[in-house]
Amino acid sequence: MNTMKITAAAAAFALAGTAAFAETEITWWHAMGGNLGETVNKIAEGFNASQDEYKITPVFKGSYEETLTSGIAAFRAGEQPNIMQVFDAGSATVIGAQGATVPVQDLLSENGVDFDINDYIPGVRYFYADNQGKMIGMPFNSSSPVMYYNADALAAAGVEVPTTYEEFEEIAPKLKEAGYIPLVQTHLPWEFVENFHSRHNLPFATNANGYDGAEGTQILVNSDEMKMHFTKVKEWLDEGYFGFFGTGWDDNQAQFEDGKAAMYIGSSGDFGGLTTKGMSFEWGSAYLPYWASITDEGYQTFIGGAALFAMSGKSAEENKATAEFFRYLTSPEVQYMWHRETGYVPVTTAAYELAKADGHYDRFPAAETGPKQLMLQAGENTRGYRMGFYVQIRDVENRELGRVLSGETTVEDALATIEKEGNELLARFAKTQG
Amino acid sequence: MKRAGFASRWLPILLLVPQLSIILVFFYWPAAYAVKSSFYLQDPFGFGQTFVGLENYSSLADSAEYLRVTNFTVVFTVLVTFFSLALALLLAVKADKVIRGAKSYRTLLMWVYAVAPPVAGYMGLILFNQRWGPLTELFGMFGWEFNLRADYFDTAFAMVVVSVWKQVPVNFIFFLSGLQSIPKSVREAALIDNRSASGRFWDVTFPLLAPTGFFLLIINITYALFDTFGVIDTLVKGEPANNPMTLVYKVYIDGFRGNDLGGSSAQSVVLMLLVLALTVFQFRMVEKRIHYT
Repeated sequence: MNTMKITAAAAAFALAGTAAFAETEITWWHAMGGNLGETVNKIAEGFNASQDEYKITPVFKGSYEETLTSGIAAFRAGEQPNIMQVFDAGSATVIGAQGATVPVQDLLSENGVDFDINDYIPGVRYFYADNQGKMIGMPFNSSSPVMYYNADALAAAGVEVPTTYEEFEEIAPKLKEAGYIPLVQTHLPWEFVENFHSRHNLPFATNANGYDGAEGTQILVNSDEMKMHFTKVKEWLDEGYFGFFGTGWDDNQAQFEDGKAAMYIGSSGDFGGLTTKGMSFEWGSAYLPYWASITDEGYQTFIGGAALFAMSGKSAEENKATAEFFRYLTSPEVQYMWHRETGYVPVTTAAYELAKADGHYDRFPAAETGPKQLMLQAGENTRGYRMGFYVQIRDVENRELGRVLSGETTVEDALATIEKEGNELLARFAKTQG
Repeated sequence: MKRAGFASRWLPILLLVPQLSIILVFFYWPAAYAVKSSFYLQDPFGFGQTFVGLENYSSLADSAEYLRVTNFTVVFTVLVTFFSLALALLLAVKADKVIRGAKSYRTLLMWVYAVAPPVAGYMGLILFNQRWGPLTELFGMFGWEFNLRADYFDTAFAMVVVSVWKQVPVNFIFFLSGLQSIPKSVREAALIDNRSASGRFWDVTFPLLAPTGFFLLIINITYALFDTFGVIDTLVKGEPANNPMTLVYKVYIDGFRGNDLGGSSAQSVVLMLLVLALTVFQFRMVEKRIHYT
């Protein structure tokens, strides 16, 4: 009796073993915590349930920087995951290391997954592409800076949502009088430097914003436009038209959630989180403002957030599984679900159309701002930037611009320092590629 | 007297091997690797690298930011060390005199010791919170608009306060045991010679505490330089921007966040030399100036 039981159990075990063995297992390291992480798990579960050949396991590895660093350490030890999420500022590092990843475009076409870069929303297409326009990383959680407004605050002050910074300057005193901080932002480099250049179609770096190669790339932030913008921002701060609460994203966003700030520049991806905060006022979102004195009409912004990279050194079967996962991930239904749950933009036009047809934007007009802004007019400087050691360059930007706002330095000195230290870092990065 | 010894020459070596191999693998090998990396600029993934000689060091020497971080580290270390020692000494002297409920007081003064630096940092974040931190509100009442993480000075202030608070208990324990090991006869003799309590303290108690004090001085400098990492990391939320940071934190920021392996290695070599100097200083002082008996 006992022996039979054991034999039966062993047989069942063996069967289960073979069943599991037939599945190709792949891993996905990501930096999505909290609610976002749960949505990531939902996508993985959906993929695993949709077929029985492949199984993906998502693993949360901490912040963007921590995920990249652990991915690098794992790669050097030959233990890399199949898919690694890398954020915008780290893209030059991972794309520069040719041989670390399999370009997603090659991966898909080699494994029989249809790919056409024109299926992707314009502002999404080329950020993670090489200088030939070949997509290297699959845009995943893509967002763009937009401006959220407290409709009750604007009504109390009797003003309209501004589309330009000039209009903002006109309404700011009224908002202040009504007892609000007129404007806060959440990420100085991303919103006031990187996308500032795209919104006004200004060059952000030489070598086509750095896409043509690390060698000789120079950052271009010490411009009249940047000087004008930050001189204004500092004036607004001193007048009480602008609030600054440090580098922490949440510290600034909290001012809006508390109903203290009338408007805040944040990420289109904040939308999902804001809907769960139960804020007591009406709110909506609008395009990132631009200076009418620089451009008559604003240009598209590019995506922030992160992309998924297929790491090299994996078997053909696992790469096939990764390709199949990307096929699933970019399907309109999954993209729409991700967009709906998190507020990140859908990466394909088909997914955007699906969201529209489903009435998502009738229910939540604020959700459409991000995708629409990414489809505005394009220019030669709007596809993004590719700069090495950009995480450190961002640290320099945060430091110097923070010092401008706290009055420790002048706009001129700060921008000159960013350019000087930025160029030193870029030159150093070029040497790491040698 | 018979000398104890090993029968075989190989046995002691064999017994030392585990310890030595741990030191070799976890200390010397990484240290040697850091020295080597500091002469290169390397692609983080390990594909490309360029030998740059001393460039990583010279760019540190030229960097205004590195100088600023160094200056802050010096000021921070002096402040943290001084206040941790001074407060602990004051508390120890007072606690030494308490007779009723002495144990409860001492326990209360010591238990902060169990708090890990990152937890202390989080408590700092709560106390100094921009929106509802009780200390922020208190300062506000006195007209000080405290702005943690947006203002360099305010953040530095919070870092020093939290780091001192975390370190006082350790010093307190050592000072208290130091005080209690001063022989009663010495104290009684001093009582006859000098009626002023403060005079007795400076003339008799303080010199007798010198060995403890010197030991604690070294411990506290090391603490301020290295172990405050957790406090700083939580207070700046991993992104210092225009806020102060210490040299150790900069190694982490450039190496682990920025993936600049060469530059970060050069910084860690500089710190290794600093530790070496501190150690040499400690041994010299211990042997020459400070008398433990």
